[in-house]
Amino acid sequence: MEQQQLSNATRMVDARDVHKFFNQTEVLRGVSLSVARGEVVVIIGPSGSGKTTFLRCLNHLEKIQRGTITIDGENIGYRQVNGKLVEDQEASIAKVRAQIGMVFQRFNLFPHMTALQNIIEAPIHVLGLSQAEAEASARALLAKVGLDHKADAYPNKLSGGQQQRVAIARALAMNPKLMLFDEATSALDPELVGEVLKVMKQLAEEGMTMVVVTHEMGFAREVADRVVVMDQGQIIEQAPPAQLFNDPQQERTRTFLGMVARAN
Amino acid sequence: MASTGMYMGVLAQQFQWNIVWQFLFKPAIVQGVIITVVLAVLAQITGTVIGLLIYLLRRTILRPVADFYIWIFRGTPLLVQLLFLTNIFPYLGLTRALNSSTIFNDLGFQYIPLSAFLGAFLAFSFNEGAYMAEIMRAGIDAIDPGQMEAAKSLGMSYGLSMRRVILPQAARVIIPPLGNEFNSMLKTTSLASAFGVLELYNAGAGIGQSLFQPLELAVDLSIWYLLMTTLWGFVQSYLERRFNASTTDGMTNTTFLDRILGRGNKSPSPTKETTAEAAISGGRR
Repeated sequence: MEQQQLSNATRMVDARDVHKFFNQTEVLRGVSLSVARGEVVVIIGPSGSGKTTFLRCLNHLEKIQRGTITIDGENIGYRQVNGKLVEDQEASIAKVRAQIGMVFQRFNLFPHMTALQNIIEAPIHVLGLSQAEAEASARALLAKVGLDHKADAYPNKLSGGQQQRVAIARALAMNPKLMLFDEATSALDPELVGEVLKVMKQLAEEGMTMVVVTHEMGFAREVADRVVVMDQGQIIEQAPPAQLFNDPQQERTRTFLGMVARAN
Repeated sequence: MASTGMYMGVLAQQFQWNIVWQFLFKPAIVQGVIITVVLAVLAQITGTVIGLLIYLLRRTILRPVADFYIWIFRGTPLLVQLLFLTNIFPYLGLTRALNSSTIFNDLGFQYIPLSAFLGAFLAFSFNEGAYMAEIMRAGIDAIDPGQMEAAKSLGMSYGLSMRRVILPQAARVIIPPLGNEFNSMLKTTSLASAFGVLELYNAGAGIGQSLFQPLELAVDLSIWYLLMTTLWGFVQSYLERRFNASTTDGMTNTTFLDRILGRGNKSPSPTKETTAEAAISGGRR
């Protein structure tokens, strides 16, 4: 495995043998994935394959039953005590989470706050920035996602694409080491998908480390450094996009890509 | 004619409106009003805090404690709880210390044993807490779980997420039933009259009995209770409008006059599309 060759210094995400159960059902069956600093990894796969669950494990929105996950060398969610996983104190989980940005399928903007207030909330109350500092960087981020004119708009006055761009700016305001995208364009009307993908692509070009769960094969082909295919709670294949899309090795990958191609 | 009138007077008492007006603003009655309002406000605030704590406790390992609390306070009559808590102080050796307090006299009020006032306050608060826990649950659980996940993903702790993200949104759901609880609380405080608290009912009923004019004083009491609940109704509808506005549309450029006249905010009404987006982002109605 080429992934094993990554040195600790360049490794941003290191998940090893992650197992996850929902009641009796094993939804992640030994997933191991390393992501290098600055790498863009796109996870694809049929629905129910566990890709979203795996992504949510990376910032401990989901608990895991076995395995380890480290982000930039730090354990997330668990300490190893005598070979057993022990869940961390809430405060130390929050500390690691503060360094990981996450963008959700349904945006999850705070509806009682304006776009600007959404963005400055955590920098002020978690990082301890002053109102002025936080607002200055929030306005810069809004400009970056092309929404500087919407600073004072409430989420329900924004289109889905605009809301998602605000959500990306909100995550970036924490100055994260790593960005997780959970089907960030799946809830959008087709004509609004492009504006969000554009922001994500720009972010990738700036060198942000990204793990992206998506159904947008065009994005995977164009932006990903590596595409990971999941099925039935396992990684079945991973390769650079050109190789994976043109010459998939696994039968299940071919079936999945064929289904996606027909749907489009 | 005169003798007939006297004869009738013995058999049937005449309702006297002048007595109604004469006693409506008597200091004893006004004091009763103040005690009633103070007792109801304190108990409602404390009960709301208890309700939130019980809700939070139910999400921890101490859930049985919270369930036991609710079982007790919803399963026994409020009157029994009052009997218990207004009489608990002798058992704690606190009666003398409490009842030597001159706090009510110092305020220019008639004497009320502090043990009775405190006991009533505790009983109303504890009882209310058991009901508010359920109202809190309904309000908080109505919020899209994605809101808490988003807050957590930004590194916010559970407490901070609750305070800054969840509760402000839950307030919209909580305020209508909370308002009804307080309306009810204003009237329920009259039960404290049975334990020596000189609140509005006690003051009015006492005067009515000593004058042999209970009906006139009953009208006085009705006027005062109606006044209190009606005023509260205005406050409640203002609060409901305010929280509706700030969680679904935002309070943009709304003047105070707009608010009390219920004109809401001036921003254009959302289009069909943005309303659908709002539903997705958790801005449910």
